[in-house]
Amino acid sequence: MSTVGPRVLRVGERALLVELGGGAETEAFHAELLRRRAAGALPAVREIVPAARSVLLDGVADPDRLAAELPGWEVGPLHARAGGTVEVPVRYDGPDLAEVAALWGVSVDEAVRIHTGTDFRVAFCGFAPGFGYLTGLDERYGVPRRATPRTAVPAGSVALAGPYTGVYPRSSPGGWQLIGTTDAVLWDVAREPAALLAPGTRVRFTAVDVTAVATARVATEGVR
Amino acid sequence: MTDRAVAVVRAGALTTVQDLGRTGHAHLGVPRSGALDPAAVRLVNRLVGNAEEAAVLETTVDGCALRPRCAVTVAVGGAPCPVRVDGRPAAWGSAFRVAAGAVVEIGAAVRGLRSYVAFGGGIDVEPVLGSRSTDLLSGLGPEPTAEGTVLPLGADTAVPGWVDAPPWPGPPDELVLRVRLGPRDDWFTAQALRAFATRAYRVSPASNRIGLRLDGPALERAVPGELASEGMVLGAVQVPPDGLPVLFLADHPTTGGYPVVGVVREADLGAAAQAVPGTAVRFVPVR
Repeated sequence: MSTVGPRVLRVGERALLVELGGGAETEAFHAELLRRRAAGALPAVREIVPAARSVLLDGVADPDRLAAELPGWEVGPLHARAGGTVEVPVRYDGPDLAEVAALWGVSVDEAVRIHTGTDFRVAFCGFAPGFGYLTGLDERYGVPRRATPRTAVPAGSVALAGPYTGVYPRSSPGGWQLIGTTDAVLWDVAREPAALLAPGTRVRFTAVDVTAVATARVATEGVR
Repeated sequence: MTDRAVAVVRAGALTTVQDLGRTGHAHLGVPRSGALDPAAVRLVNRLVGNAEEAAVLETTVDGCALRPRCAVTVAVGGAPCPVRVDGRPAAWGSAFRVAAGAVVEIGAAVRGLRSYVAFGGGIDVEPVLGSRSTDLLSGLGPEPTAEGTVLPLGADTAVPGWVDAPPWPGPPDELVLRVRLGPRDDWFTAQALRAFATRAYRVSPASNRIGLRLDGPALERAVPGELASEGMVLGAVQVPPDGLPVLFLADHPTTGGYPVVGVVREADLGAAAQAVPGTAVRFVPVR
């Protein structure tokens, strides 16, 4: 439970930017906004856009009034079970997997175990429709972006940058470290919501790659 | 052919389907999109008897040519331009009837940049997330039109005998944009804020549906370093590292990592979207 007030900044005529201390506070505040909206306890707002350390409220009828109320809110803790859970099957065959494992100081198999053993949560979306920024990896597993971005990253690429994991919903240029590939449909405008990885969604990655299958077969044959 | 559709004969520099935008999905990374001059869209729709939010065509600089496959009511507004039907002059800014198979030629803008063409019944392409707008940043909605593109039309509408339309003020010689400073004005030096509020900028030819790019005094930062990505609104004036402000228009990204010095009033954005490259721009801070 936290009563430390966030900083509220006016953005033009109809929007407020709520600045929070860090990623965890931002996710908790975003969850609180969604709870209040679901309960009918939030004035009409057209857009609620979480980001790394802030939440933008756009299309607010009376921004002055809401700005005065927000800092006094009791923001509940982020429930580990809040939001739906999505399982994303991944072939850990990305061209940067070995480099990521080296940055982490572990073997490739261990890197896959770390990634599949982590509970992720979509903190926010950006860059492209359906591109979610997933948090959950321990701080020490942060990785830099590639020095030279790729001109075309294939759709379904599972990638790391900074503290985040992301999955490219469609082919685009990108500088994230590619560790795997998924066939999951990240973006489908006929689905509600269109983004598989919408903010607040909990995510687990599971390994389905050929290496894992081969390793399993080798293990049953008793060859190490 | 009696189907309700219109074929594009000449697409011009950039002619896209636009309505009043795709709101409510910014948290998924979906830009608002929609017509850059929404007042013009509302007016041309009312002229042909449509709901104000019906989808229309937005042209850029040099117009387009269209051949309806059915008899239809048409109105052209936004940037003034010559209009011809099978070579004969037709009215700009009021509704007229076009026979099936006739060619409607929307000429180059005489003033301003973007003309709007409404058809009775509206352009009836499949909506994507509640809007028919072409979003050039993220690729949602229909592709920009090309020669041969066929666009379905909705059911014909009754033309209102009388439409209360204020005279169009026309694109300004000098664009005056009312701006509310913040949320990141404190990232700039006092001198930069003074320059922003008092000096003249010019519309850069690199402007597009994503943003109006401006040439003029570069704004010096008081706070170095990087800003964590945050949500962006329509009309935000973002300042990248070169110090030259970019005014975000309809296809702007939903989040951004450069500080926003101020936000322009939505009512002023239609004029901004009609300002030709080279137009003088002044920012006037308001509360």
